[in-house]
Amino acid sequence: MESKPQAAKLPKSRFENFKRVMQPRIKEIRFIFKRIRESPLSIAGLILVSYNLIIALFAPVLAPPKLYNPYLIPRDPELGFKIDPSPPSPTHPFGTTRLSIDLYYGCIWGTRFAFQIGLEIIGATLVIGLVLGMLAGYYGGLIDEIIMRFTDIILAFPGLILAMAFVATLSRAGWNTLDAALLSIILIGWPGYVRLIRGEVLRVKTEDYIEAAKASGATDLRIMLRHILPNSIYSLIVVVTLDFGGIVLTAAALSFLGLGAPPGYADWGKLIYDSISYAGQGFKYWWVYTVPGIFIVLFVLGWNLLGDALRDVLDPLYRRK
Amino acid sequence: MESERSEENLIQIKNLYLNFYTYDGVVKALDGVTLNLVNGEILGLVGETGCGKSVTSLSTLSIVIPPGKIQGGQIWFNVKGKSYDLLSLSEATMRRIRGRYISMIFQEPRAALNPVYTVGNQIGEVFLLHRKEELIKSTIDQIKKDLARASNLKRWIYRRELFLYEKMLKNPKSFLIKSASKIPIIRRFQNRVQNEARKRAIEMLKLLNIPDPGRVVDMYPHELSGGMAQRVVIAMALSCNPFMLIADEPTTNLDVTVQAQILLLIKELQKKFGSSVLYVTHDLGVVAETCDRVAVMYAGNVVEIADVIALFKKPLHPYTQGLLESIPRPGEKFVSIPGTVPSLVNPPKGCRFHDRCKYALEICPNVKPQLVEVENGHMVACHLYTEGK
Amino acid sequence: MEVLMSIENLKKYFPVLGGVFRRRIAEVKAVDSVTFNIFKGECLGIVGESGCGKTTLGKTIIRLLSPNGGHIFYKTPQELVEAIKYLEKHDPKSHALKHLLRKYDLAYMHSSHLRKFRKYMQIVYQDPTTSLDPRMLVKDIVAEPLVAQGLARGLEVEERVLTALEKVGLGEKHLYRYPHEFSGGQRQRIAVARAIVPNPEFVILDEPTSSVDVSVRAQLLNLFQDLQKDLGLTYMFISHDLSVVECISSRVAVMYLGKIVEKAETEELYKNPLHPYAQALFASIPVPDPTKRKKRAPLSGEVPSPVNPPPGCRFHPRCPLCMDVCRSKEPPLVDVGRGHHVACFAVTKYETQ
Repeated sequence: MESKPQAAKLPKSRFENFKRVMQPRIKEIRFIFKRIRESPLSIAGLILVSYNLIIALFAPVLAPPKLYNPYLIPRDPELGFKIDPSPPSPTHPFGTTRLSIDLYYGCIWGTRFAFQIGLEIIGATLVIGLVLGMLAGYYGGLIDEIIMRFTDIILAFPGLILAMAFVATLSRAGWNTLDAALLSIILIGWPGYVRLIRGEVLRVKTEDYIEAAKASGATDLRIMLRHILPNSIYSLIVVVTLDFGGIVLTAAALSFLGLGAPPGYADWGKLIYDSISYAGQGFKYWWVYTVPGIFIVLFVLGWNLLGDALRDVLDPLYRRK
Repeated sequence: MESERSEENLIQIKNLYLNFYTYDGVVKALDGVTLNLVNGEILGLVGETGCGKSVTSLSTLSIVIPPGKIQGGQIWFNVKGKSYDLLSLSEATMRRIRGRYISMIFQEPRAALNPVYTVGNQIGEVFLLHRKEELIKSTIDQIKKDLARASNLKRWIYRRELFLYEKMLKNPKSFLIKSASKIPIIRRFQNRVQNEARKRAIEMLKLLNIPDPGRVVDMYPHELSGGMAQRVVIAMALSCNPFMLIADEPTTNLDVTVQAQILLLIKELQKKFGSSVLYVTHDLGVVAETCDRVAVMYAGNVVEIADVIALFKKPLHPYTQGLLESIPRPGEKFVSIPGTVPSLVNPPKGCRFHDRCKYALEICPNVKPQLVEVENGHMVACHLYTEGK
Repeated sequence: MEVLMSIENLKKYFPVLGGVFRRRIAEVKAVDSVTFNIFKGECLGIVGESGCGKTTLGKTIIRLLSPNGGHIFYKTPQELVEAIKYLEKHDPKSHALKHLLRKYDLAYMHSSHLRKFRKYMQIVYQDPTTSLDPRMLVKDIVAEPLVAQGLARGLEVEERVLTALEKVGLGEKHLYRYPHEFSGGQRQRIAVARAIVPNPEFVILDEPTSSVDVSVRAQLLNLFQDLQKDLGLTYMFISHDLSVVECISSRVAVMYLGKIVEKAETEELYKNPLHPYAQALFASIPVPDPTKRKKRAPLSGEVPSPVNPPPGCRFHPRCPLCMDVCRSKEPPLVDVGRGHHVACFAVTKYETQ
C-alpha cells in the first residue's frame, strides 16, 4: 500500500499554507541553481547579471544624484562646458566625454536606466503577448487569423528600421523622444511574444489535463490562467532572459542613432552617440567609447549567458517531469 | 539450411551483469542473467515492466544504450559447430550479424519503419545489404535472358550491364563499380538489382499473408495499419532467414484479433524457416499460445525456466505463482502480488523478491538463490527448493 | 432498474479536411447512431478494437465533444423523453421541441446550462501522466472540480479533498506535491480522487488501467469496485482488455466501426456471443492455458478505415455469415431475450419479405 490514511491535519494558518505551497517550488529553484553552478559559463552569466543588478540598485549610493532628474548627468563646475573630453582623474574616475559629461555617473545610472527600460518594455510586451497569444491560440479561428495578420505585418519589417520610423513619426507629433523610443520598441517586440505564446498554447491545448479541466467544469478563463499559463512559462522565461539583453541593445542603438534619450541623459547609447566624433581620432580619447562599450557588453553578455544557462537547465528539467 | 543448424543451444547467456549509470545512482539492471535458447524453439521471456527482459534481448545483439554498460558475463552464439561470445566481438562483426543471423522486431511497428521510404524499399534494403550476391546472380541470369531476345541497341546496353554486374560479383568495392554507381546515366544499371530486390520484397509480403502485395510494396509506412506494419517489420526481419529472431512485445500495441493473426503467423514462419525465437512479453496469455519454453524474470534475475505446460500447471517460484494468480477471473476479486518492485539502485542483498514473497525464509534476504534444476528441464532460483524439500 | 442515462442515435463525426481550401472532403464516422441505456449502479463495459469509437463515445456522452446528432438524456423523466420523441416525429420545427431539447437534452444544451451537469458526470483518463497538470499541486488538482464550479469554499474544499484522497488510499502528506513525484499507479489514484471529489453519480473510466503495470492494475480495479459500492457510482468502463472487462462489468456492449453490434449481461455475452464479430473477438483472446492453443486465427483481415465504412452491415466484408441483405441494409439492434441484443441479420434470422 502506498500510504496509510492519516488523521486530517489541515494547515493552521494562511502562512503555514503558504509555506507548504512554496516548498516544492523552492526545491525547484534550488535545483535550478545547482545546475547553474555546474557550468562555468552559467556561473559567469549569473555573476554578470547580479553585478549589474547591484550597480543598478545602488546607483544613488555610488553616484549621488545632483539634479532634479537623477538620470540627467550633472556637470562639473570646474570643467564647465569644456567641449573636449577629459581623461580619467580622481574626480572623474572614467573621465568625461563631449561637453564634460561625467562618464562614471553616466555609466552607473545607465545601468539603472537599462534595467528600468528593460523591465518596462518586457513587461508591456509580455502583457500584450500573453493576452493576444492566449486568445489566438486558445480560440483559434477568426480571432487567431486576425491577430496573426497583425503580427505578420509588423514582422515583415526589419525591427530597428521600423522602430526608427516610429520614433521619428512620434517625435514629430510632439512626443518626448525617450517615451517614443520606449513605445516603438514595445511595438516591434510584441509580435514575437504573441507568436511564441500562441505556439505554446497550441501545444498545451491538446494535452489531456486541459480536457480534464473542462470535464471538471472549468471556464475558459480559468483554464487559460490556471493551466495553460503555468505550463508555458518555462520557455517564456528563457526567451525573456535572452531578450532582456537584446532589448537594451536595441534601445542603445536607437540612442546611438540620436532617436532615444535626450541630451545629457545617462544612457549608454547616448554616451556612445556623444563619442562618435572622437572615435576617428584613434586612441587619443579612448575612454569615451571604451567605457560605455564595456558596460553594454557586460550587461548583454550576462543576460545572454544566463538565458542560455536557463535554457539548458529548464529543458531537461521539463523532460524529467 | 537445416544442415547448418546443430541440435544444441543456439544462444547461451551466462551470468550477464549490466548496470545503468544514471543521475540517481547505479541501477543494477541485470544481476547474473543465465538463459539458453534451444535451436528451433520459441522461448518466452516474461516479466513485468522494469525486470530487464528488453535489456537482456538487446544485449544479445550487443545493443546497449548508454548510460548502460555490461559489467560481465558472456553470450555464446553456437552456430556451424563453433561458439562465439557475442559480447567480445567487434562492432563491425556485430553489424554483420545483426539482421543477417540475428534479427529483432519491436513493439511499435511504425516506429521501426522509416517514414520516408516505401515498404518495398525497406525490405529490399535488407536484401541489398545482406544477400547482395544472390541478387546479383539473379540479375545476371535475368540479363542473360534479356540478351537472348533483344534488339541490337539493347544488346549493346545489356552486354555492358552484364559486364558491370559480373565485376560487381567479383569485387563490389572496386573502383570501377564505385565510380560507375556515381556517374549520372551509367548508374542506372543499378536499377536492375533494385528491381530484383523489389521482387524479393513482394515474395516476402506474400509469405506474410499481406493481401495485394504488388500494391502494398509501394506504400509508405504511415499508410499501413498497425497489423500490416508489423507484418512488414517481420518480413524485414525474416528476409535473411536468420538463425534467431528476437521479438520484443511485437503484439502489445495491436488489436486482439490482429494479435491472434500475428501470433499464428510467427509460429508458422518459425516452423517454415527453422529459426529460433526469443519472445519477450508481459502477457501470460500470449506466452501460453505461442511459446515452447518460458523464462520468468524479476528485477534483473531469471527466477524460473520451464517447459510452457509445466510452468502453467505447476509453477514453482512464488513470483510465477503470483503472476498466474493475478490473471483476472470473473466473479473473484482482483489479486495482485503485494508490494512493489525494489529499487534497483539499492537492491536487496539476497533474493530480490524476498520482501514480497509469502514463503520467505530466513536465508532469503541474505543469500541470492541460484538457478537449480528441480525437475526435468524445470529450473528455479528459490531457496525453497534448495534447502532440501 | 432506474435509467440514469439514455442515449438515442448518437452521432459523432470528425471532418477530414483536404484540398486547397481545407474543405471537408470526408468524415470519420467515429460514432454512428448509437442507442443504449445506462442503468443506475451498474458497470457498463464498452469493448472494441482500435477505431471502433469507444473513447469518442465516452467523451461525447459527457459532452467533452459535441455530438453531430442524437440525444443524450440524463435522468430525464420518461414522459419528457416521450414528448420529445413525439414532437420530433410530428412537428420537428416547433418551438416547444427546441425549448425542451435545450432544457433536457445534453446534446443541445448551452454550455452555461451544461456546466451544472458537470458535477454529476466525471471521467478518468487512460494516461495519468498527461491527464494531471504537471504544474499543479495534488491538492489543487483534486480540488479543481469543486473550485471551478463553485461547489465549495475555503475549509470545506480542503476537507473534501482530503476525504477523496483518503478514499483512494492516499493521504495528507501527498497534498503538497507535484504529480511527477508519484508512480503511475498513484497518479491514477489522484485522477480517481479528482473524479469522485464532486460526488458524481456517473464516472466514465476510459481505459484506466492500460498505462499501468500489471500489479498496479489489480489494485486499481479493486479500488474501482470498492468505490462503486461505497459511493453508489455508475460506471462506464471502456477498454480493449476483454478479460478485465469480464471481471468488472455487469453489462457489456461490443462496438465495431462506430456501432454497437451486441450487448448483453456480462456472463451471458462471454458465454454465448451471438454476433460473428463478438464471437471472433472473444475467440481471439489469448488463453493462459497452453493446452488450449488456437489452430486458426478467428478473424482475418483488418478493420477498415472509419472514413469509408462498408455499406450495409459494417462487418459484412469479413463476416463468415454474410448474406445478400447484409451488403445493403444495416442490421438494427434486436432483443433476442434476457436483455441480449444483437445487430445481425443472420443471427436474428432476418427473412426477406
